[in-house]
Amino acid sequence: MQAVEKKSSAKENAIQFLFKYGAIALLVFIVLYFSTISEAFLTYGNFTDILRSISIVTLLALGVTFTLVVNGFDLSVGSTMSLSTVVTASLMVWYEMPLWLVLVLPLLVGVAIGALNSFLIVVIGIPDLLATLGMMYIVAGLHRTYTEGYSIYNNMPLTSGGTAPGQLSEAFLWIGQGKMLGLPVPVWIMLVMVLATYVVLNHTRWGRILQMTGGNAEAATLSGVNVKKVKFAAYVISGIFASMAGILFTARVGSGQIDAGAPLMMEAVAAVFVGYSVLGAGKPNALGTFFGAAVIGILLNGLTILNLPYYAFDIIKGGVLVIALAVTYVYAKHKFART
Amino acid sequence: MENYLLSMNSIQKTFGKVKALEKTNFHLQKGEVHALLGVNGAGKSTLMKILSGVYEQDSGELLLEGKSIHMPSPKAAKEQGIYCVYQEVDTAIVAELSVAENILLDTFVSGKNLFVSKSKLYAKAKAVLEELHAEDIPVQQKAAQLTLAEKQLVLIARALVHSAKIIIFDEPTAPLSIHEAEKLFSVIRKLKSEGVSCVFISHRLPEVFEISDRITVMREGTVVETFETSRADQDQIVGAMLGASLSNELINRTHPVGAPLLQVNGLSDSEKLKDIAFEVAEGEIVGVVGLVGAGKTELAKALFGGMHLTKGSVQLAGKSLKLKHPEDAIKAGMALVPEERRKEGLFVHESLQTNASFPNLRKFSRGLFMNKAAEKGFASDIISRLRIKTDSTETPLVHLSGGNQQKVAIGKWISLDSALYLFDEPTKGVDIGAKVDIFKLVRQLAASGKGCIYFSSEIHEAIGISDRILVMYNGQIVKEFSREEATQERILLYASGGKEELSERKRDTVFI
Repeated sequence: MQAVEKKSSAKENAIQFLFKYGAIALLVFIVLYFSTISEAFLTYGNFTDILRSISIVTLLALGVTFTLVVNGFDLSVGSTMSLSTVVTASLMVWYEMPLWLVLVLPLLVGVAIGALNSFLIVVIGIPDLLATLGMMYIVAGLHRTYTEGYSIYNNMPLTSGGTAPGQLSEAFLWIGQGKMLGLPVPVWIMLVMVLATYVVLNHTRWGRILQMTGGNAEAATLSGVNVKKVKFAAYVISGIFASMAGILFTARVGSGQIDAGAPLMMEAVAAVFVGYSVLGAGKPNALGTFFGAAVIGILLNGLTILNLPYYAFDIIKGGVLVIALAVTYVYAKHKFART
Repeated sequence: MENYLLSMNSIQKTFGKVKALEKTNFHLQKGEVHALLGVNGAGKSTLMKILSGVYEQDSGELLLEGKSIHMPSPKAAKEQGIYCVYQEVDTAIVAELSVAENILLDTFVSGKNLFVSKSKLYAKAKAVLEELHAEDIPVQQKAAQLTLAEKQLVLIARALVHSAKIIIFDEPTAPLSIHEAEKLFSVIRKLKSEGVSCVFISHRLPEVFEISDRITVMREGTVVETFETSRADQDQIVGAMLGASLSNELINRTHPVGAPLLQVNGLSDSEKLKDIAFEVAEGEIVGVVGLVGAGKTELAKALFGGMHLTKGSVQLAGKSLKLKHPEDAIKAGMALVPEERRKEGLFVHESLQTNASFPNLRKFSRGLFMNKAAEKGFASDIISRLRIKTDSTETPLVHLSGGNQQKVAIGKWISLDSALYLFDEPTKGVDIGAKVDIFKLVRQLAASGKGCIYFSSEIHEAIGISDRILVMYNGQIVKEFSREEATQERILLYASGGKEELSERKRDTVFI
């Protein structure tokens, strides 16, 4: 019996340790590994490059974080970002709208998609994964239909003849390409949003209500929370974050690429789940999500430096997601077995 | 040492820092019904979970028929012939499968045949049910359609299929009606006569005395004493459970009631409730009693805005209420302690203080930001006021015993200073020590002028605590008793649909 005791507690400790520090240990390992291989890796320039490259994914992932907090899920964030990307570009290139409208209208598109998602989930009662899967396709189709399948760029030829009248303005491009106090603007936007999400979720009344709704919707209802409204808010916030990601993408690339968001959805989801296991949080959290995005970003950056072909990257992204899920679920099983 | 079927010798088990079991010995004879008693948190469940292979002990040994056994999983325990009928039967039943498939589940899950012959399955299941005198359960029906009592029988039948040696009953009668409980007892007696040993966990002393041969009492993680049931009396047992004798302060209360607080008129919903009308005054405790399924929970939820009402009006302190959502009820000054505390009342994975502050977040925040110091202060306050046993205000509720969880489910409403408290089965699955604390709290609330409605199927408790008792039957209030008029017999008569004028039958009640 002594032996059994030792073995089981050693196993327990290993799981505890892995869950608390596993993600951080992985990050340290990746950084050390890449910096021994390449001198270009551990430089300030590369560091800001990585942060800039993860800024868009992080915004998407923060949206997903909100839906996961209320025990929902949003698969449509990638498509929403794609739609927002082309809408943003079209507002300037096709319709020559003033900058403030260019920034506000795509956000309203995000709000609309979030509202539609929550209508399907909360009012109609379709399970979140399935409802947002459907919406993912609808929105993806919408954005391609809107541009007739073309990407949008300055002076593009129009199908109706002639060239597009407008251009992406300098002020707009600054959002994606400019610098402030030594850091790229997208990095500032990302950091502010991560911090805001952290404060809202962990230190405000709204955050508490979101978290408790996700924890036990029935108990929340009987404590006076209007669960439907809360879930509605979470999906709308997710839509807004996805739209912000789209705007940022347009400004960064300088054109309205179609299908911009599709490949990022997976990365965003993986980032959130890696975040579960940062310091043993065990649930979606803003800092964890940022950390998760960083792990994935650093991994992809290092592999690029190593010249791994881009078409193999999905294996890495998928692998990270599966590992993060495995850690989370093994831990949950272990934790709940005791209660 | 005698020849025991099972011996658990100096079992130790700790969870984190908490010692759940300390040098615990438990012996079971062949063919006996052995009751295991103790207040919540005494270690009964942990001990039985070790016996059924859910947990592994840290040290100590299990002997079955004299041989040391090692059970790392529930499956291993089943292979040894040890089965458990849990309180929450639904977790063990596959709702979408038929009764027969549920009974023979393990057989065909691990069976070698790819195809399962339905007719053989049905015949076999039927035979087992007949053994239990439960042949009235149709074997082809989906398990989802069974009553709780029937589901229990299905689980017992499942154990019988494998010629179980030991069956553990974890509070099996808690959700049952009196009639159903009687039926269960006859099944247990049948099992006993066939040489199966039964461990019986319950909070209801009268039934323990009715069914058991021996009684083992646990307290604070260890066995205090084992009694021969025929030689023990209730005071002895309660004394052993609490470690001190229980003063009976529940009885006798004289308290003037104040102005009318709640007025309910002609309340109906689309399913259960029909034309409910009653009043509650300030400082009054009104008991609402009825058997399981009488509509008590529905009424509590309806008053709290959780039901779709078709007719009727509710007035609180003279104001007419529109109850569309619990939000409305809380704003109007009501609080509900729901029946299923883990499912409806609490966030079991969150800390005590997070739970405690939740219904009244505005009070514990500055502007939009949470004031965690204020939350902690309030949590400490209810911990000492309700005598909640916990390590700290940060402890997740899963680590608390049922009675302490229930105290949190009640305590979380205190910060709102509501005018009317609805308690739905507040003592369900709660030990005697915590019960007394809960009764005291209800009394305190009433004494400070709050209205209380106490929904319960424990008739003797309702009589003990209430100023007035309403009896529900089939969604209606069929009778009102003053405290002086109320007796178990009369209440039970109305609660089961009878009327006094018509009935001269003698009632044999099983409650004290």
